[in-house]
Amino acid sequence: MDQRNQFHRQVALMRQSLFDQGYIDEQFVQLEELQDDTNPNFVEEVVTLYYRDSARLIVSIEQALDKSPLDFNKLDSLMHQFKGSSSSIGARKVKAECTQFREYCKAENGEGCMRTFQQMKKEYATLKKRLEAYFQLARQAGPSQAASRPK
Amino acid sequence: MEAAFPSPRHDAFPAGLRVLVVDDDPTWLKILEKMLKKCSYEVTTCGLARDALNLLRERKDGYDIVISDVNMPDMDGFKLLEHVGLEMDLPVIMMSVDGETSRVMKGVQHGACDYLLKPIRMKELRNIWQHVLRKRINEGRDIDSHEVIDGLQMTRSGSDRSDDHFYSGEDVSTGKKRKESENKHDDKDFADHGSSTKKARVVWSVELHQKFVKAVNQIGFDKVGPKRILDLMNVPWLTRENVASHLQKYRLYLSRLQKENDLKTCFGGINPDSASQDPSVSFSSQSSISVSQEDIPNRNFRFSGNDLLAQIANPKVHEVDQQVIVSLPKEEPKRTLIAEVPNQQESRGMKIGFKPSVVPLGPQERFTGGFNSSIPAHYSWRGAPKVPFKEETDPHISLEDPSHLLKSTNSQPNLTGGQRTNSVEYKPLCADHRSNVAQASLVRSQSDLNGVQDKGNMVNYQDIQPIPVGSSSIRGQVFDLASLPASQPANGNLSSISRSPFRPSSEDLQIRWLQDDPLSANLGFQNSEFSGYSDPCLVAEVPIHLYDALRFDYEQFVDPTECSIIDHGLFIT
Repeated sequence: MDQRNQFHRQVALMRQSLFDQGYIDEQFVQLEELQDDTNPNFVEEVVTLYYRDSARLIVSIEQALDKSPLDFNKLDSLMHQFKGSSSSIGARKVKAECTQFREYCKAENGEGCMRTFQQMKKEYATLKKRLEAYFQLARQAGPSQAASRPK
Repeated sequence: MEAAFPSPRHDAFPAGLRVLVVDDDPTWLKILEKMLKKCSYEVTTCGLARDALNLLRERKDGYDIVISDVNMPDMDGFKLLEHVGLEMDLPVIMMSVDGETSRVMKGVQHGACDYLLKPIRMKELRNIWQHVLRKRINEGRDIDSHEVIDGLQMTRSGSDRSDDHFYSGEDVSTGKKRKESENKHDDKDFADHGSSTKKARVVWSVELHQKFVKAVNQIGFDKVGPKRILDLMNVPWLTRENVASHLQKYRLYLSRLQKENDLKTCFGGINPDSASQDPSVSFSSQSSISVSQEDIPNRNFRFSGNDLLAQIANPKVHEVDQQVIVSLPKEEPKRTLIAEVPNQQESRGMKIGFKPSVVPLGPQERFTGGFNSSIPAHYSWRGAPKVPFKEETDPHISLEDPSHLLKSTNSQPNLTGGQRTNSVEYKPLCADHRSNVAQASLVRSQSDLNGVQDKGNMVNYQDIQPIPVGSSSIRGQVFDLASLPASQPANGNLSSISRSPFRPSSEDLQIRWLQDDPLSANLGFQNSEFSGYSDPCLVAEVPIHLYDALRFDYEQFVDPTECSIIDHGLFIT
């Protein structure tokens, strides 16, 4: 009992810090609200899908950044897609980097693009780790608790 | 992607709303699916635009609304939007992470009934049923209003109602609504419709309309029903609902014409009230017109001429009937008379068959929605006198069925002979008209029309020019006045038109057009008469306001590469 409660508290704290630190935004809450008995692991499924799908986008962007000269239109278009995808799970910091990247594309600043891209990848990886840990703990704590939104 | 073809559920609306979601992003697809399911909608997902189109084509009635992303690899979201609007006449909602105004505007112009920004909240999806309902109401409105307002003995077959689920549920409500809030409704419709009409609607091109009219004539106006028409028309992708709503408009149009006609001719001094009372009269004439929308050359002309005249010449009608339409009548008594006289008899007889759904010429789908609301003036049947532009002109005549008007007048004497030419002539005009009309209706507020008119008209007309002749649905319609005289390419006509009409209110335009007495000339004015018209531009004028409203539609028309769209009367804008 106690341990279970402890788990729940930990999960809640972890979740809260993700929000507080700006890793995720309101969209994540929307996903949580969609989770129900028919889809008890909905949020995790969506996040998993996101990471799987966005991985190929990242590869495409990397390839485009390798080219010379840089095709800013293509880069912008790819990043546009990536941003849209990232918005689906509420990946706030990742999205911010995407926006920055697109600004550099518009300015045709290759340097800026590359730097931002690296930064974005870091945020992307960090978020992934944090969310994985969160989901794991949530599963341990018990589905109902993890799924519902703490007050 | 699920290949589900859910059947409509009307009892629990909006629950059970059949939504088709198109997005190349699998994450979003999953999320949207879940969100929509939570709204109790029936969801079908699609990762590719072409798959979505296939699904939609396979089952025309399989979906109520489409939600699509703007950026997709295989097809631009806007293109999909256009296709859906043209072929299926469904409301389409666009989505994108990009909220730039220009993009949103483009969406609206292409006919999207809404544009959502990602990330999308569930509450935004909860309300999408409004677009579906609005659309249905627009389609059902004409029928109800028609009955209510005119009290015509339109013989709307019972099957129309019962078969069409859309109507059955809404007849009552729409009827009431119509009476009370017609204008309001119109405005709302226009506002909403503007964007979605195109889109999803069936675009009643000139050819399509001609087929429609021919079918109606064949069946006999009094016996006509959407099913029969649909069968006769033999257009595979057309649905009964499409035809029904078009028929409604057509009836209304004819009834208005008839009313005008009758009032004018028979009752000279009849006060406006009689106008409304005399629906049959007006209808009859109208019937002739509307009936042959498709069959422009022959039938329509007949009546249209009469109706037009009636309408035009009958200022009274105008007043009474709120139907703004008529500014002309005052000025041109003779005009109407001419048409009326011959018509009267016919119209009376006709009235039975008429059941005008007042479908204005063209782009029916769009039209209805649009016209009523936006162009009150023109379409008197809408009963919106307020329309800025139109009071004078005969709203219904001009807007909806310019060709009708022309036709009828012309056709009267020469029904058959004149008709043919008419149709031809119209083309250039029709295109314009159509777009105009559609636009007008779709659009927005009348004020838009008016204000823009002058400017817009000019512009519009220019745009119209490029429109291919064939594309205009109005082809046969009266409106082709502009085209008539010139018999020139659309461009030619347009230019002439543009010069004059735009200036003053559209009303003037319309009237003018009438004044020129296309009708009197003989119904065939399309061909020859028209040239005789002193001011062919008038005709152009009329559509102009409409055009303004639909301005953006026009743009589409203008693009020759989008002929097909134009043909369909893509009033999506």
